[in-house]
Amino acid sequence: MSDSRQASNVPPKDLLEKLFRTAYSIRVFETEGIKLYRQGLIRGYFHPYLGQEGIATGVCAALSKGDFVASTHRGHGHCIAWGADIKRMVAELLQKETGYCRGYGGSMHIADISSGNLGANGIVGAGTPLGVGAALASQVRGSDAVTLTFTTDGATNNGTFLEALNLAAIWNLNFILVIENNQYAVSTPIGEATRETDLFKRGTAIGVESHLVDGNDPLAVYNLTVEAAKKCRAGQGPILIEARTFRHMGHHVNDPGKYMPEDRLAYYKERDPVDRARNYFIELGGASDDEISAIQKEVDDEFVAAVEFSRNSGEVGVEEFRAFAETY
Amino acid sequence: MREIMYRDGLREAIDEEMARNPEVFIIGEGIAERGGSYKVTEGLLAKYGSKRVRDTPIAEASMIGVGVGAAIAGARPIVEILYVDFAMLGMDMIVNQAAKFRLMTGGDGRVPFVLRTQGGTGGGVAAQHSQSLEALFYSVPGLRVVMPSTPADAKGLLKYALRQPDPVIFLEHKHLYMTKGLVPDGEHIVEFGKADIKRAGSDVTLIAWSNMIPRTLEAAEELAKQGIEAEVLDPRTLVPLDRQAILSSVAKTKRAVIVQEAARRGGVASDIASIIQEEVFYELDAPVEIVAGLNIPVPFNLTLEKASVPGKDDVVAAARRALHLDAGGFAEAAQ
Repeated sequence: MSDSRQASNVPPKDLLEKLFRTAYSIRVFETEGIKLYRQGLIRGYFHPYLGQEGIATGVCAALSKGDFVASTHRGHGHCIAWGADIKRMVAELLQKETGYCRGYGGSMHIADISSGNLGANGIVGAGTPLGVGAALASQVRGSDAVTLTFTTDGATNNGTFLEALNLAAIWNLNFILVIENNQYAVSTPIGEATRETDLFKRGTAIGVESHLVDGNDPLAVYNLTVEAAKKCRAGQGPILIEARTFRHMGHHVNDPGKYMPEDRLAYYKERDPVDRARNYFIELGGASDDEISAIQKEVDDEFVAAVEFSRNSGEVGVEEFRAFAETY
Repeated sequence: MREIMYRDGLREAIDEEMARNPEVFIIGEGIAERGGSYKVTEGLLAKYGSKRVRDTPIAEASMIGVGVGAAIAGARPIVEILYVDFAMLGMDMIVNQAAKFRLMTGGDGRVPFVLRTQGGTGGGVAAQHSQSLEALFYSVPGLRVVMPSTPADAKGLLKYALRQPDPVIFLEHKHLYMTKGLVPDGEHIVEFGKADIKRAGSDVTLIAWSNMIPRTLEAAEELAKQGIEAEVLDPRTLVPLDRQAILSSVAKTKRAVIVQEAARRGGVASDIASIIQEEVFYELDAPVEIVAGLNIPVPFNLTLEKASVPGKDDVVAAARRALHLDAGGFAEAAQ
């Protein structure tokens, strides 16, 4: 008994590799994506997930095929961690027909129903009731699927946060709500938006088991989510998780984020989630420098190939679009 | 054929579709044990259990939101909202989520979601419980807008709504729940986008929907006594709209009167009038008439409430103007 418990406390190497690969992939996607944006190749809004990678990485690794995820406006990291194809993501951002939404959706609307990804969302907070709906559908079907929904500190002050979590609670749904508390609603600090800044307490107030976790620690996030998913599948859902983190830059690519104090930024950068994923892989997983380099190269190459694929892809034509409009 | 009430037609549709498809379920306020404020869901809890027939707290935005989310996840939810006025709390979910999802996913993502609610004036329930808001939904691409006027249409359209892939705003009328009508035996499905001629005639086309149909039929009877044979056309679904049926009827009668309970400004009637003038202008013998609600919230006082929406006499008068039988409109202008 004690042996197996001890064994389960040492994370398997393949898990640690997965966590690092995912966190690094998100970092590359956002860093390189911003370059494409600056070159004018990506238009519209681009909300980078830089600095928050630990949350999507840890949470998504804890769920499995058949589960659902609903995302936010800052959704690239969620999609990647859920297993999205980088080629189709880049193609979507470049407005191409080969993108996840054929260029109809863009950064804020990437979805992939076939994989259970219910979509990013341009309306802050909207994913929460949608996610509860997916969890409700699973319960009606008698499925034990869990629905994971990412939301934001900004969204916790929207009425549907409480309404929807309350519905999940009275119906005991398999629903995990993750508040990514990056401490700013666009530019408004959380302390100006609410008096109680421990956001997980809102779940406690309506009888929902609620936790606070360091969002920059992908392994801690993973472990907590594994437990949360287990509890959900045992009929003890929903679970609320507040994952505290900090953005590495402003709200979107064109927001310099000057309102973010430098010392706070430095504090969180010292606790960079990608570095921590890498360190876990090295220290707990015994990964060698060569292994790290090989993974990084694979991820880097994958992005380059995705850009090439996207550049060579066509766009939906106006004639086809007009025919589509006729179906409305 | 059997004679049943409008609410019975709705219940039969839900019951039959729930029996047929385990993905169909319904949520709403007081719809389970209590059977709903209009008795539409009576008996369904006992038959299908509390997983598929469940009460909700008063949380319209999220009730609608979970319906949309469940539909995105592939289920077939029905969300009952007590009054269309209350659906305004869920407009983000209707307008920004349900209506947009298919396009935003490049056509792959579908939202087979049915919002059942009711509107219209109804005996002194005042400004926040009496609205006719179909134009709001009509103006948002991506939604289907359904407004049945008879028990048979209520049943057939709701059954169709539960089989087609798009978000449906199913607008019932509080005055129609206890009205009776003949419903065909066996499977009865009414496809969207198919208007119904509720009364055939050759002198003038009266276009109406929902509770304006019984009122317009009364007006047609009155006109018949005056020797005028009116055709009463019910589009039944505003989106999709059966343009062809409207244009054919108007091309035949050369005259059109559109009757809506909703306020005149920005209404669906105005859009139908514009379609008629665009397509069959040279067939018309008179300007298109619109009979609509006043541009004002519905008052509590019963006399004023009645004065705020079209009555039978208003429809008769408009038809007579279209036939140049009375002063006003074209007849007056021509003098």
